[in-house]
Amino acid sequence: MSIIVENLTKKYGSQRAVDNISFEVKTGEIVGFLGPNGAGKTTTMKIITCFMAPSDGDVKVGGNSIHNNQELIKKKIGYLPENNPLYYDMQILDYLRFVAELQGVPKSKIESRIIEMVRLTGLNDEKHKKIGELSKGYKQRVGLAQAMIHDPEILILDEPTTGLDPNQIVEIRKLIRELGREKTVILSTHILPEVEATCDRILIINKGKIVADGTSEILKKQAQGEEVLRVQILEASSKDEIINALQGLESVSLVDPIKESENSFIINSTPGVSSRKDIFKLCVNKNWILSEMTPIETKLEDIFRQLTTN
Amino acid sequence: MKSIWIIAKRELNSFFDSLIAYILLVVFLGISGFFTWLYGSDIFFVGQATLQPFFSIAYWTLFFFIPALTMRMLAEEKKSGTLELLLTKSISDWQVVLGKFTAVLMLIVIALLLTLPYYFTIASLGPIDHGAVWLGYFGMILMSMTFISIGLFASSITNNQIVSFLLSLFVGVFFLIIFDVLAGSFTGETGQFFSYLSLATHYDSISRGVVDSKDVIYFLSITFFGLLLAESILSKRNIAD
Repeated sequence: MSIIVENLTKKYGSQRAVDNISFEVKTGEIVGFLGPNGAGKTTTMKIITCFMAPSDGDVKVGGNSIHNNQELIKKKIGYLPENNPLYYDMQILDYLRFVAELQGVPKSKIESRIIEMVRLTGLNDEKHKKIGELSKGYKQRVGLAQAMIHDPEILILDEPTTGLDPNQIVEIRKLIRELGREKTVILSTHILPEVEATCDRILIINKGKIVADGTSEILKKQAQGEEVLRVQILEASSKDEIINALQGLESVSLVDPIKESENSFIINSTPGVSSRKDIFKLCVNKNWILSEMTPIETKLEDIFRQLTTN
Repeated sequence: MKSIWIIAKRELNSFFDSLIAYILLVVFLGISGFFTWLYGSDIFFVGQATLQPFFSIAYWTLFFFIPALTMRMLAEEKKSGTLELLLTKSISDWQVVLGKFTAVLMLIVIALLLTLPYYFTIASLGPIDHGAVWLGYFGMILMSMTFISIGLFASSITNNQIVSFLLSLFVGVFFLIIFDVLAGSFTGETGQFFSYLSLATHYDSISRGVVDSKDVIYFLSITFFGLLLAESILSKRNIAD
């Protein structure tokens, strides 16, 4: 089931929390929303889940518009809101039953769905406790369990891994990956490695606008432009000799010696050309030893900072 | 319909889980029993087989109790954010409001059912006007519906329970006392207008044993209006601005 967002705008007073954004999420895609606080991630999610109406624009979930088919859409979506609100005075099992009934799970299937969710989220030992007695990580699991209980075709998760310990984070990411094979998933997060680990596609949102859209590889390539290498060359007579020789190569545009490390250089290639082969050949010709050659990748962090500051 | 019941069931369970229900029942039965049987213009003082003393005290007890039950209904859900969880499920705002309304009404009906032994006891003491008793209960339920809807409205506009409680008492006082007083101090059409708005006018005529559709319509329309306001305030977030 696909989600199509068309020219979505949400104003709070004069401030535009979401500013005319459009994107499409295809069936079976896992899309990560990235963005600094207050960028409009949560607002967009609230609009898609029919909690809030947009000031302008439309969202179509599986062809149904949020303006006239809310109850149908809500049934298809499993939603974990920000801060994971729950009824603290209810027992986990009662709560899951309540949500399953509300979401219209057939009576005969309710118990088996609850058991499956409890198993999937690892709540088995705690299932008779009241939600208020649980630790933050377990509450988060209850939040995930309630979002998935009616086996929705779309999952919208607002910061699904906050409050979890590293083991749980790995488990939940794995779970999202598995679910993402059949379901459409949108998740938001501040944790950049998380998006790289779980998402097929990344949307970076800043000040209500989409500033980047693509897989992490595409984003990196776009941000980088040219190849950057870190190279260490041994057994040359002098540093200057190496620099001069490297500068002489056609595919090298800039050589920058690293101060802290002897005979190490950062080499920028000419845009569009790789200089790796030439450097290697040069070393062979001159009888130098090439002891290190590492491509330096732009990290997602750098892209994020570049796009969302200023 | 089913969703309304699911919500009502959850609310009722939470009443009984959190002692609220037991406290309400014990205090309600205690106060109304005390004034019906032991103190003031009680049964023995009046010397008639009538449930009138009970109804006049229950009238005031419910006036204070219902806001205490409704105050958290929407206010707390707004404060803790669970409202978002609820309203993104496959239900409408109306179903949420009606579910909560049903839950409180059911608790009040349970409380009133538990006072039936008063009725049986008094009936065995002397000749009692059975019609007046049943109409008295009927009037109680209509009045409770009115107060519940006012309480839900008050709970929908704030996320502070105390504000919600005080506000519903404030609105309630108008219907219970102030319109009545105004009706007395004005004559002619203005007086009649306020007399029509006053809850006491309609409640008295029902408890005297006269059911006029006008009175029933009065209670039902205030109930509907209160629920409508609560629902529109809930769905305000969902209207494009």
